[in-house]
Amino acid sequence: MDDSAIIEIRGLCKRFPIGNKQFTALSEVNLTIEKGEFCGLIGPSGSGKTTLLNIIGSLDVPTEGSAIVLGQSILQLTHFQASQLRNKSLGFIFQTYNLLPVYTVYENVEFPLLLLKTPAAKRRKMVLAALEAVDLADKAKSKPAQLSGGESQRVAIARAMVKDPAIVLADEPTANLDAKNSHRILQTMVKLNRDLNTTFIFASHDEKVIGYLRRQISLDDGKVVSDLKIDTPLHSAALAAKDTRMSK
Amino acid sequence: MITLRLAYRNLMGAGLRTWLNTIVLSMAYVIIIWQKGLLDGWNYQARHDMTNWEIGGGQYWQEDYDPYDLFTLEKSHAQIPEALTGMNPQRPVAPILIGQATIYPQGRMQSCILRGIDPEQTVLHLPSAALQQDIAEIPVVLGTRMAESTNLNVGDTATIRWRDANGTFDAADARVVRIMKTNVPTVDQGQIWVPLARLQQMMQLPGEATIIVVGQDTNETGPQEGFVFRDRKYLTKDFEDMMQVEKLSGYIMYVILLSLALLAIFDTQILAIFRRRKEIGTLIALGMTRGAVIRLFTMEGAMHGILAAFVAAIYGIPLLTMQARWGIPMPDITDNYGLAISDRIFPIYSAGLITGTTCVIMVVVTIVSFIPARTISHLNPTDAIKGKLS
Repeated sequence: MDDSAIIEIRGLCKRFPIGNKQFTALSEVNLTIEKGEFCGLIGPSGSGKTTLLNIIGSLDVPTEGSAIVLGQSILQLTHFQASQLRNKSLGFIFQTYNLLPVYTVYENVEFPLLLLKTPAAKRRKMVLAALEAVDLADKAKSKPAQLSGGESQRVAIARAMVKDPAIVLADEPTANLDAKNSHRILQTMVKLNRDLNTTFIFASHDEKVIGYLRRQISLDDGKVVSDLKIDTPLHSAALAAKDTRMSK
Repeated sequence: MITLRLAYRNLMGAGLRTWLNTIVLSMAYVIIIWQKGLLDGWNYQARHDMTNWEIGGGQYWQEDYDPYDLFTLEKSHAQIPEALTGMNPQRPVAPILIGQATIYPQGRMQSCILRGIDPEQTVLHLPSAALQQDIAEIPVVLGTRMAESTNLNVGDTATIRWRDANGTFDAADARVVRIMKTNVPTVDQGQIWVPLARLQQMMQLPGEATIIVVGQDTNETGPQEGFVFRDRKYLTKDFEDMMQVEKLSGYIMYVILLSLALLAIFDTQILAIFRRRKEIGTLIALGMTRGAVIRLFTMEGAMHGILAAFVAAIYGIPLLTMQARWGIPMPDITDNYGLAISDRIFPIYSAGLITGTTCVIMVVVTIVSFIPARTISHLNPTDAIKGKLS
């Protein structure tokens, strides 16, 4: 495994039983992702994006082949080890936000730190910093039901980022958002990637998301059909220009 | 600790659903404790009254005496042993002679039992001193139940007919000198209390008795010729058996009440796991193990028990304290049961009863919460995150 590679996938297959037959969701996937990448698994519905993201996130295991994430083979992890990996090193952002409804915004963001047994004072500092980073410090006491879709997704980003994970996995993060909110949260993620060098991996077929990616891994019918590196992503260029204008 | 915190937050966040379950469970707490306290109170009172009014520290029975067979009364009498006749203050006894009779109040006829007791005895709480009246008629003391059934009041007279030791019928007038109020029906219903010496004379059985009640503090209960000693345990066996039946029916009630409350919690847990599967998937994605999620949901269910204990304490303590202080009035009809029931029962809520009931409920609630929570281990987290069933 390359020193800078944090994810290495070789000959990965994933099959699901459907009745008496087996449905192949992923077939012979080979992939290497390095630290600090802002990449996306793109392709139509049913192409295997989410399945691959779930395997990288240790929520699922490959049927064949190997997936090494941060030096750990997903196939060989026990339930406990997988939960430790997710707890310490992975952040998840979901299409439907998946905020815990009875907790406030603050408590939702605090949750991963509670699992990490972070001391209270440090926890408070980290939660407030994460909420500041997504411009939601003023909503700390709100419940998820009181937030708009964009705000909810920003809370989800704060929750994913609060523990400073090595990798953030975002599954269709803009699917439930309008264009304005989509750009806003994507710009937030670009900024976090740039400032903290956190690796972001998206699973999406949204053009807005694709416009920000610096690497586009296209999947079709469970296979990687193309893997393109983009030097100047469409929206990132505009974002950089905007940042420059603002700093002047 | 974190599980406890999260469970508490979830429980509080669930709002009305939590409080409905908690209130139902708290009612089970209070009713179970109330019911058991009532039985304990009744048990204590009945034993106390029976000891004071009937059995004392135990009884010597004449060898042939069988309280369930009236035909044995004819020969159930023997000389009071000398060792027991002294009426020594250190070792007081109350000999009682028992005989069958018929009373004719206002021309009606009614079977009854004549009980002769020494008017100076101090062993039983019977107001036997009232029998020390120098009147032509036989002075008698009746209980309120007997007085009611014969329609006799203090000062009334009625004819009594009896058979003496030789089988000869005799009759004389008796005058009611006192009507006593007692919670022990066996010394009241169908019983007529007369002076012992007078009854011995009437039945031609001088110096004889059927039973000899010993004082409550008497330790010497050695064998006496012609008599068999029956201890308190033996004498309260019928009551004990009845209490066992009462306790059994109490347990049935206990199980029904607890089942209703547990059903609500079980139902809530099943619904919660079905409705909150997306949340379960999210918790697993955030790094909780399935075991930790199961513990969290079990703890949430179990905390219903803790909350219910607090809620039960809020309204239960004043309510039960009030009842323990003022007692619970019993209906007049309970007099007809033949059991020692006072007109007011004072429940006894011991620390053991409260702690025991609380522990049992906590354990059962935890088990009931764990059973549905186990299904989480079969949930596929990737489906759960999307809210799908797997």
